[in-house]
Amino acid sequence: MQLFPCPFCGPRDETEFHYGGDAGNARPEGADVPIERWAGYLYLRSNPKGTAREIWVHMNCGEFFVMERDTVTHKVLSSTALGGEHAA
Amino acid sequence: MTRRYSALSLFKEGLAGQTGWKQAWRSPEPKPSYDAIIIGGGGHGLATAYYLAKNHNISRVAVVEKGWIGGGNTGRNTTVVRSNYYYPESVELYGLAHRLYEGLAKDLNYNVMLSQRGMVNLCHSTAEMEIGARTVNAMQINGIDAELFSPEDVRRVAPIYNFSPDARFPVFGGIWQGRAGTARHDAVAWGYARAASRLGVDIIQNCEITDFIIEGGRCRGVQTSRGAIRSERIGMAVAGHSSVLAAKAGFRLPINSYALQACVSEPVKPILDTVVLSPGCGVYVSQSDKGEIVIGGGLDRIPSYAQRGNLPTLETVIAGLLEMFPIFGQLKLMRQWAGIVDVVPDSSPIIGESPLPNLFLNCGWGTGGFKAIPAGGTLLANLLATGKHNDISRPFDLDRFATGRLIDEAAGSGIAH
Repeated sequence: MQLFPCPFCGPRDETEFHYGGDAGNARPEGADVPIERWAGYLYLRSNPKGTAREIWVHMNCGEFFVMERDTVTHKVLSSTALGGEHAA
Repeated sequence: MTRRYSALSLFKEGLAGQTGWKQAWRSPEPKPSYDAIIIGGGGHGLATAYYLAKNHNISRVAVVEKGWIGGGNTGRNTTVVRSNYYYPESVELYGLAHRLYEGLAKDLNYNVMLSQRGMVNLCHSTAEMEIGARTVNAMQINGIDAELFSPEDVRRVAPIYNFSPDARFPVFGGIWQGRAGTARHDAVAWGYARAASRLGVDIIQNCEITDFIIEGGRCRGVQTSRGAIRSERIGMAVAGHSSVLAAKAGFRLPINSYALQACVSEPVKPILDTVVLSPGCGVYVSQSDKGEIVIGGGLDRIPSYAQRGNLPTLETVIAGLLEMFPIFGQLKLMRQWAGIVDVVPDSSPIIGESPLPNLFLNCGWGTGGFKAIPAGGTLLANLLATGKHNDISRPFDLDRFATGRLIDEAAGSGIAH
């Protein structure tokens, strides 16, 4: 069983967390967004082998946050609250 | 000198002390160029090479594998072969694979031990039975064998299921496909490797792709740990590592990689002679020819490239198994492992041209790649040989994510992968 660090609640059981996608995948704005851009936002993923920046939600407290994680070793590198600078 | 397998060759080798058997496939040094390069020596890659040589007469082909033949997902699955899908596009695809599997041992002159013991998808409520009837109707309309099972039918094929009145997942019936079953997964890889090698294909193991050779906006070959190999046609069939190679080629794919784990028990006497899947318990199970109970479940919870499962998912799978078959509570688990699968939002594979010209894709099979090996090979071979789709592969092109013509099998047939 792995512990994930919630920036608000501290280290908690991995089963309390839900994966929410790539960090920095911003929703396109405006009326004239080309379909390729929409498809990119909706479907394309970096899916890195190694260090990944991901959005996670701690289901118990309901907070979303950014976790940096190695997808091969599962080692957590950082865990930060979802502020303005992390969303981008 | 014995190259072809037959009862007579077996007899002769028995008399000769088994000394005349030849290496099943050659291990040549890579040549500087080929008519086609296939990245990935798993089932799909080897099948592609075989069908390129057999169907299209293109045998100057290299299969480049970073590890060894059958060491990836081909050796890590639960060996189930079936075609119980919902959408016509999927039925064409998996139906083709299923038909080819039925003739594969003869075609390859290699016993892939296809065992059509049937498969039942259990329904645990009236609502699930209605969905089951809908799926059976869809399968029958699409020309796939399917039958709606009553609780008595399920009891007939899987008498050891927990039919007690206080069972947490009572049986209301099920979806039956009698032609489904299992095949020996290593034999599929070895059989294709041997047959492709005999047709002139070079299988190059322990050779990792480090980069793509891109000239004039087109893919012209690959850089490998054993030097550059050039070709104007490159196919990629690397399952969980598709995104890693796509990044080297300069594009992204609609794929997340997850670990999918499985486990087997110690071998026991024959007790279960069909494949049983319970969506409610999140488990499917069959008994191998050796007697092991082969247990599979859902994807792990977190995106991962680690070829080992995580404990919470294993716990869920085992708990579900014991809901289905309390009798298995005494079994000891012998092995547990995981493969990395490439999961696509609509649970259907990606077959077609990549954003980099000359580079073609066969990926996104998710948890269902093994059963599709003959079709994946046939279709990628067709793309490499002709540069064009045929009617079966066309709906699975990468462009469906921009056009919105998704084939959502997770929603259609309730098969999550």
